[in-house]
Amino acid sequence: MARIDLDLAHAYRANPQRDEDYALLPLKMSFEDGGAYALLGPSGCGKTTLLNIVSGLVTPSQGRVTYDGRDVTRLSPQQRNIAQVFQFPVIYDTMTVAENLAFPLRNRGVPEERIRQRVGQVAEMLDLSGQLGMRAAGLAADAKQKISLGRGLVREDVSAVLFDEPLTVIDPHLKWQLRRKLKQIHHELKLTLIYVTHDQVEALTFAQQVMVMTRGRAVQVGTASELFERPSHTFVGHFIGSPGMNFLQARGHAGGIEIAGRLLAAPSEALARLPEFTVGVRPEHVQLVAADTAGAIPGVVTQAQDIGTYWLVTARVGSADNETLLRARLGAEQAIPRVGDTKWLSVVGDYTCYYLNEELIA
Amino acid sequence: MKPVNQKAWLLILPVVLCVAFSAILPLMTVVNYSVQDIISPERRVFVGTEWFKAVMRDDDLQGALLRQIGFSLAVLAVQIPLGIALALAMPAKGWQSSAVLVLVAISLLIPWNVVGTIWQIYGRTDIGLLGASLAALGIDYNYTGNALDAWLTVLVMDVWHWTPLVALLCYAGLRAIPDAYYQAASIDGASKFAVFRYIQLPKMRGVLMIAVLLRFMDSFMIYTEPFVLTGGGPGNATTFLSQYLTQKAVGQFDLGPAAAFSLIYFLIILLLCFILYNWMQRVGTTDKEPGHG
Repeated sequence: MARIDLDLAHAYRANPQRDEDYALLPLKMSFEDGGAYALLGPSGCGKTTLLNIVSGLVTPSQGRVTYDGRDVTRLSPQQRNIAQVFQFPVIYDTMTVAENLAFPLRNRGVPEERIRQRVGQVAEMLDLSGQLGMRAAGLAADAKQKISLGRGLVREDVSAVLFDEPLTVIDPHLKWQLRRKLKQIHHELKLTLIYVTHDQVEALTFAQQVMVMTRGRAVQVGTASELFERPSHTFVGHFIGSPGMNFLQARGHAGGIEIAGRLLAAPSEALARLPEFTVGVRPEHVQLVAADTAGAIPGVVTQAQDIGTYWLVTARVGSADNETLLRARLGAEQAIPRVGDTKWLSVVGDYTCYYLNEELIA
Repeated sequence: MKPVNQKAWLLILPVVLCVAFSAILPLMTVVNYSVQDIISPERRVFVGTEWFKAVMRDDDLQGALLRQIGFSLAVLAVQIPLGIALALAMPAKGWQSSAVLVLVAISLLIPWNVVGTIWQIYGRTDIGLLGASLAALGIDYNYTGNALDAWLTVLVMDVWHWTPLVALLCYAGLRAIPDAYYQAASIDGASKFAVFRYIQLPKMRGVLMIAVLLRFMDSFMIYTEPFVLTGGGPGNATTFLSQYLTQKAVGQFDLGPAAAFSLIYFLIILLLCFILYNWMQRVGTTDKEPGHG
């Protein structure tokens, strides 16, 4: 087990000039010993590249990787003593399930007695005990992926265990079980776990710290509630949450701030002085309020959807030449407005965030 | 009930005619010959299974069959491991891989009789590079006089000609292995040999079976190279089945025994095809790979 520090950038092509040439823009990141981390972002954001750099499958073109302060940038995954589980199951066709699980230990010359013990424990953890003697090649995809997971967990002395979207091929109900199992294993073994996914629910339930990435950049690292309440970048606001944050253009004026053509009281002096910025508010925090309430703007309801436990109401705000859609999540117990109604919606409140050039300013 | 339309017979008539002329009639002629002693075009005597019995007891034929099986097994024993080794050594990407692919494929473009001629000259001790070099090293190499030398020359010739096919097939098999396997093996701390034994070899199984089948059948019908090199000699050292048959049928014009033997030859090949086909079917369907992204 180890504390992992990254201070690097990576480009797959030689001589990167512009930001687009980089798979990973310069970043600094620390993974504490024994922590559970998730790298979250859309496809192609660089999260798998980052994971492969941590494991040593990819050498960063600039900067370094240290484990407990020791520079391991040029070391192979084997020398770093890393375990990694991939998106698609990788199994050794000619071996039985037990031999597959034992493979990483056999390669390191662990005594046969100890191997049997560990393979037994891991198989127990992953409900593979009944299949140990079977040939791995004939199993279903989710059983194969469990074997891959097992090979990742079979060594106890690893620096960290890395998961690259490991549950993609697993059935939804099993997915939930396995995720809980991984959490439980994390509690028991106190391993450093890094989990790559594009699924926010997976990331937020699994990890203590989630790193959100987009276009080769790590835009925010934080706990689930930090990412939800105070997204430090508009991308985080947009990517996390279902649906994502509402963004409205705003202008500062002498008397306050102007949103969607209405002048509202400025939450702070600094904002009133900004000629242009963006207001972000989660659909959960947009409420129906009485007309002319402070911090609210009027909108015409264009859609009201029943999502089961809540209603998703979409309203058009602003003037005809500059209109924006505003989404609100309303509890099922509230009176739900009809399409075409004009309603007042609160947008400026305690949970409202303000952005300049996509970065959080207040 | 489906309507019956007898016109369908008309539609398959061309196929029936083609197959009859190209396969069934010749085969039946052979069957006809195999039970008769043809003394002259006008005189023939029915002899029953006489020729079959004679052919089965024929020492020359048994010798040719044993030589043939030995040769085919030697071809597989050399070409398959050598082809795998070549494929593993070939560069995986870049212009080097294209260049190497073309180079490796060149020998496959050379016709059989040209290969025989090339080696016939190459192995001559007076003007051939190989023969002269071996002679200069003091090795008594003479493919026209020494049975072992002739046999080895035919084997080396076949290896030179056809190993690239095995290598190309294996190369294709190797390129189809997803990177994740190598990455996982590297994470699991597998040695180079373990990667070969547990990933590359199992993943090449499909193409290897095709390579074994092709090389076995091809070497089992080898004719041109030994014919060009020594005409099957010295003695009978490089007389394989097809050559023996040709000698009997066209050389000595023993149509009866040759027909009986060609039917036996046909049955041997049919049996081997059946065994290989079933083996491939069984191994090929035991496990299907799920998609790898």
